Amino acid sequence: MREFEKGKMVPMPSTALIPERDLGKMPVLECIHVGIEFGGLKAVEDFNFTIGKTEIAGLIGPNGAGKTTVFNMLTRVYNPTHGTIMIDGQDTTGKSTVQLSKMGVARTFQNIRLFTDMTVEDNVRVGLHNQMKYSTASGILRLPSFWKKEKQSHEKAMELLSIFDMQDMAGTKAGSLPYGAQRRLEIVRALATEPKLLLLDEPAAGMNPNETGELMENIVKIRDTFGIAVLLIEHDMKLVMGICEGICVLNFGKIIAKGTAEEIQRNPEVNKAYLGNNGMEE
Amino acid sequence: MSKKLKKLSGAPKRDYFSYLLVTAAFILITALNGGGLLSKQMQGLLVPVCCYIIMALSLNLTVGIMGELSLGHAGFMSLGAFSGVVVSQSLITAVPNDALRLVISIAVGAVVAAFAGFLIGLPVLRLRGDYLAIVTLAFGEIIMDVINCLIVGHDANGLHVIFNFRGDKTVADLDLAEGGVAIIKGAQGAVGTKTISTFTAGFIIILITLFIVLNFIRSRTGRAVIAIRDNRIAAESVGVDVMKYKMIAFVISTTLAGMAGALYGLNFSMISADKFNFNTSILVLVFVVLGGLGNMLGSIIAATVLYILPEALRGLQDYRMLIYAIVLILVMLATNNPKVRNLFLRIIPKRKSAEGGTAK
Repeated sequence: MREFEKGKMVPMPSTALIPERDLGKMPVLECIHVGIEFGGLKAVEDFNFTIGKTEIAGLIGPNGAGKTTVFNMLTRVYNPTHGTIMIDGQDTTGKSTVQLSKMGVARTFQNIRLFTDMTVEDNVRVGLHNQMKYSTASGILRLPSFWKKEKQSHEKAMELLSIFDMQDMAGTKAGSLPYGAQRRLEIVRALATEPKLLLLDEPAAGMNPNETGELMENIVKIRDTFGIAVLLIEHDMKLVMGICEGICVLNFGKIIAKGTAEEIQRNPEVNKAYLGNNGMEE
Repeated sequence: MSKKLKKLSGAPKRDYFSYLLVTAAFILITALNGGGLLSKQMQGLLVPVCCYIIMALSLNLTVGIMGELSLGHAGFMSLGAFSGVVVSQSLITAVPNDALRLVISIAVGAVVAAFAGFLIGLPVLRLRGDYLAIVTLAFGEIIMDVINCLIVGHDANGLHVIFNFRGDKTVADLDLAEGGVAIIKGAQGAVGTKTISTFTAGFIIILITLFIVLNFIRSRTGRAVIAIRDNRIAAESVGVDVMKYKMIAFVISTTLAGMAGALYGLNFSMISADKFNFNTSILVLVFVVLGGLGNMLGSIIAATVLYILPEALRGLQDYRMLIYAIVLILVMLATNNPKVRNLFLRIIPKRKSAEGGTAK
């Protein structure tokens, strides 16, 4: 099993846990000719992409390029009409969103989707749903397994919240948190499902430069301590260029460039997509 | 240490207060009754009030916690009532002990209603939208019509059941042997039932219901159900099986309605299926909405007050429903309108500080 089940995952010495970067041998995510059509409209076409086990990758592109559609296909909210998506070597064809979560894909949402009427801690505990199991009957009858698992899930939730120093907010209603904290809580909830691949949809949206800087550090820290892969959609180029080891640029549903930050910055196609033709001719 | 334990059990003070209030009310009413202070009319209301409290708690689980509307909850109550009556009347000689027979009847009523809930949930809970409301509405009406056509009798050979769909059959068609009795006589409903429901039984079932509902909400399963209510897409994304958990909540809800029904059916020597019509479903929904969605203590209080009020106002004759309506409007304003609530809070400053205390 994965490392962090053995004991406390936070605090843990950074970078110590990163397994070997075997990008080529066993990618955690593999998209092969993936595409989706909505009534003839090709939203995403021929999407080929791989992410290594502990890689931080970025998915960028102008508005409407199909970035969130890719996320929705990865979590099977949409079923791709073409191609296959492999998670950790397993085909995801015909699987449901719930099964994808169990396979190790967790995500956050562009427009925050928290359980607003529940407390911060309970939000994380819902994330622990498939990790801390006991039957409905033992929950109602308060059997020993209920007390044991509830205690464990409480401790684990607190541990996860401590990544973002949010333990103090555990009893607050999620809906009453400030915007930045809600985004962080979504990440914590996603981490609670013990993912192999974490999908972040615009994690820095609405954050100020200080908060964004902190978030960058935290994303790297999460990757290092949990040893997972991260794929993020983001418009903040400082964040993307700062932490992403691989970047994929989408435009009109097609990949127009793939590579490292420097390669992407020098790519004429990318500049054209972002700045228009005139920007290039100068 | 004790603080930590409290946090783990996940039960706020409010839950304990609910148990306490119900127990205190039971002791008080039993004492009053023992002292001969309750009128005959009030005594007759005791068991039905218990039934409606259970119904309100049951429906609150569906509407308040699961966030789906059920407009035919009386249908499940009806199933519980008539299956309970049939079981009780059939076992009269086999199980002479009234209390034991009541327990068996309520258990059977619960199982029958649970099964009906499962069958309805199977197709409907897969869908998004208000389909549960529509289907349960139809279910309530169908059950009423089916029971109106039902003729059931019991004799030494066992149960005899015929459906009087064409309206040409009577009890005589049952071919009951010597000493057999008719239990359900079509549109007349169940007649000649030996009434074995007691206020104590009602009280115990309320406690059981409270125990089930409150513990359910504060468990892994309950959190999953609330998460689905709050945000279905997010719940799916963290691996919560929407259909499964909605089904668990709905079946528990209909089970409790079946228990309430059996208790209700065995409280009257005569009861017809028309008693469990659409109005009854709406009445219970009114209790739930006015008591507060997801607020179990509120449901108990609303069910008690709003069920007894029209009966207590009988002395006012024509003005009865007028006053009932005004009370409904006032309660609605007090609980749901922020301005009026603030006004109440300003008038009673003590309550405000108390609420602030519990919120923390």
